[in-house]
Amino acid sequence: MEQIPILKIGRCLLVSIQIDMHDRLALALQDDLTQKLVETRARGVLIDISALDLVDSFIGRMLSNIAAMARVLDAQTVVVGMRPQVAITLVELGLTLTGIQTALDVDRGLALINRLIDAEGEDGAGGAH
Amino acid sequence: MAASTPSRIPDLLEKHQSKLVASWLEQQLAAGSLRAGQIKEDELKEQSQKFLREFLGGLKSAHADDVMGPGWSTVRELLGEFSRSRALQGFTPSDTATFIFSLKEPLFTLLREEIKGNAQALGDEIWTATKLIDKLGLYTAEIYQQSRDDIIKRQAQELLELSTPVVELWDKILALPLIGTLDSERTQTVMENLLNHIVKSGAEIAIIDITGVPTVDTLVAQHLIKTVSAARLMGADCIISGIRPQIAQTIVHLGLQLDVVSKATMADAFALALKRTGQAVARAAARPA
Repeated sequence: MEQIPILKIGRCLLVSIQIDMHDRLALALQDDLTQKLVETRARGVLIDISALDLVDSFIGRMLSNIAAMARVLDAQTVVVGMRPQVAITLVELGLTLTGIQTALDVDRGLALINRLIDAEGEDGAGGAH
Repeated sequence: MAASTPSRIPDLLEKHQSKLVASWLEQQLAAGSLRAGQIKEDELKEQSQKFLREFLGGLKSAHADDVMGPGWSTVRELLGEFSRSRALQGFTPSDTATFIFSLKEPLFTLLREEIKGNAQALGDEIWTATKLIDKLGLYTAEIYQQSRDDIIKRQAQELLELSTPVVELWDKILALPLIGTLDSERTQTVMENLLNHIVKSGAEIAIIDITGVPTVDTLVAQHLIKTVSAARLMGADCIISGIRPQIAQTIVHLGLQLDVVSKATMADAFALALKRTGQAVARAAARPA
């Protein structure tokens, strides 16, 4: 069965979605990701969708779900690499993915996530340490 | 009828070609076909001669009465090229059609001189010639119209592109000065343009300047919000600038929620953008006086 790899980079987990998502795969990804988050105690999740040229309401909802789950596990989620056409389609559909941070590419996403984690560390009065 | 006895027009044309061209040219000049020197007399003469040659070729072809048939293809090509160039040069439709229609008088005069005394034959020949020339004239007008339409379409496209420039202001900062009313089609172009530039330049902040947008109503606001949301999905923040006092009032009166940072002027927006991207512009120390 196909699987979406989850890589650990520093304090983050990188998920690169490169195949069409379907129900079972999305559930498996949520399973794997939460598992990995707990295991590695990562503080951020980067979801790369640069390979997707079609993002519908289903994937939009999945992204929102993943962001919500990560937040419960004290991790920030950033979606990176959305294509212009995908962005236009999502806006036309009325899906603006509120509550999810976005960045242009993995590089910037990583920088953003590090900034967010650092900011949280200052606010959170060192709970993690 | 004309179909039973072969028309004498081709022979006559061949015999009197130069005379016909001369009187035709005279006719055209009298009608003002030069349009105050937009084309030269030589050019017009050459066009006329060429046309008559091809016209003769068409008449001699198998289906001389079918202007849309294969026998007339070179004539049609010539006329098409001719009408297109006239349309581009700014001639009026009647100027263009006059080129063909002014051939009637010299041709009829020629026919009258040559077929004297046989009213029946003369009537038939004139009828044949009229039919052909009318058809060719209509074809010219059609092509003229088509080229005009093409010009208009191209201009509309150019206008659309012209009115939606994306300017790279600084490292990671883009500006999008909007001019004119935002309708759905333009929003689409603006959005595509902006998003493509964001990808290309890796910008983090886009300043949308609406100084040139005459009115902001609910629809325009919605288009703005769409553009901002799309840019946000690509990881770029937007700042709206250039909000004039009346527009600020309209926005409040309409109860619109823009949900974006807005600044009164482009300069303020630029300052904020610099701050957000962690950059600064400093005055150079002590200029020499």
